[in-house]
Amino acid sequence: MVQDLGYLKETASQTAGPYVHIGLTPNFGGISGVFESDLGSAMVNDETLGPRIAVTGRVIDGAGAPLKDALIEIWQADAAGLYNSPSETRGAADPNFTGWGRSPTSAEDGTFVFETIKPGRVPFKNGRLMAPHISFWIVARGINIGLHTRMYFPDEAAANAEDPLLQRIEHRHRAETLVAGGQSPNYVFDIHLQGEKETVFLDI
Amino acid sequence: MSETENRKRETGAFFQRDRDWHPPAFAPGYKTSVLRSPRKALLSLDNTISEITGPVFGHSMLGELDNDLIHNFAKPGESAIGERIIVHGRVLDERGRPVAGALLEFWQANAGGRYRHKKESYLAPLDPNFGGCGRAITDENGYYGFRTIRPGAYPWPNGVNDWRPAHIHFSVFGHGFAQRLITQMYFEGDPMIWKCPIVGTIPDRRAIEQLIAPLDWANTIPMDARAYKFDIVLRGRRSTFFENRPEGN
Ligand SMILES: [Fe+2]
Repeated sequence: MVQDLGYLKETASQTAGPYVHIGLTPNFGGISGVFESDLGSAMVNDETLGPRIAVTGRVIDGAGAPLKDALIEIWQADAAGLYNSPSETRGAADPNFTGWGRSPTSAEDGTFVFETIKPGRVPFKNGRLMAPHISFWIVARGINIGLHTRMYFPDEAAANAEDPLLQRIEHRHRAETLVAGGQSPNYVFDIHLQGEKETVFLDI
Repeated sequence: MSETENRKRETGAFFQRDRDWHPPAFAPGYKTSVLRSPRKALLSLDNTISEITGPVFGHSMLGELDNDLIHNFAKPGESAIGERIIVHGRVLDERGRPVAGALLEFWQANAGGRYRHKKESYLAPLDPNFGGCGRAITDENGYYGFRTIRPGAYPWPNGVNDWRPAHIHFSVFGHGFAQRLITQMYFEGDPMIWKCPIVGTIPDRRAIEQLIAPLDWANTIPMDARAYKFDIVLRGRRSTFFENRPEGN
């Protein structure tokens, strides 16, 4: 026998189900009067530093149809490349930028929308800079465990070429699934759950 | 942001997820997962600062009734119909340490098994005094609690006769974006747990048992509400004793 490590097991994930909007964006879901506003619906205010951008997109299933009952969260650095988080040790982030956003996909056409700013670059573990990116997390009915991925910017070709995560993708054409379309300030990031264009999802 | 400052700066990467413990993306017994599951291998990577960090949710954002689903949608002086219960517990990480300041959001069907949602078509009636959502933030010891009514079971289109056991959906936000988790809580003694295709997506019986809240008789409030205890475990962080010192220092 040896000593017991004493670790607990992480609580198992379960699907967010068809009614995730009741819990996470109740005002959007038609339940008003419980919470004043939906959390994560505003990332910026008038004082936020950095270039304003909009990120829209859809989550597309294996039959080519957009999910109309999904929920997306994003997390990103501020314009100077600092996270608004207690775990950020390199300096104080812009207090007028939350860095975190939440958007339902619409019941009409399945689009999500984030009004945010373009993030600065943040370092990889070895100090090398990563290309500007936004972390995504996707949940919905039929998704058993939340999907992590990242969005990179189409106008950052040089930075993308040296990004340590993008470089880890073995098949080069699959790295393109993480680069948004559109152009500044309106980017489009479609997430494909399956098929030829399946987005690279992260076990991170 | 004193809550930010009070929290010790944690910079360790999170333990890798045990993907054999969680349900796989593709679980054909749950039919909707067939077209919504990634089929290519995930790209595995140690956390970077983008995953280690996460936002802070302050207790000041909470309203008085946020953790009282019996009253937070009810007309003044009225309350939701159903068996009154308290759900409480702790949020811990895999190292057994309390996760303070974790944001918990929960949603559920009413006592008849009906959700307040425009796409919901079950014939059970809406309760005019029940909305079905609430939230709480854990205290410095990782504790949370809320008041609600026990949700009803409900049928859903999957197999011809599939029913969900009574359950409460939980969304949990710990300290890092990589800890993000959505799960469901089930109730001790419910035989329907073992018939449910969504529960059945979880491959390990022990992982299912970890989602079943026991009746907590000791915390039951006489003449008012029974208590159920539901502890939640988030990914643990690696110790940073070694990682924070660049080579040669
Ligand atoms: Fe449900």
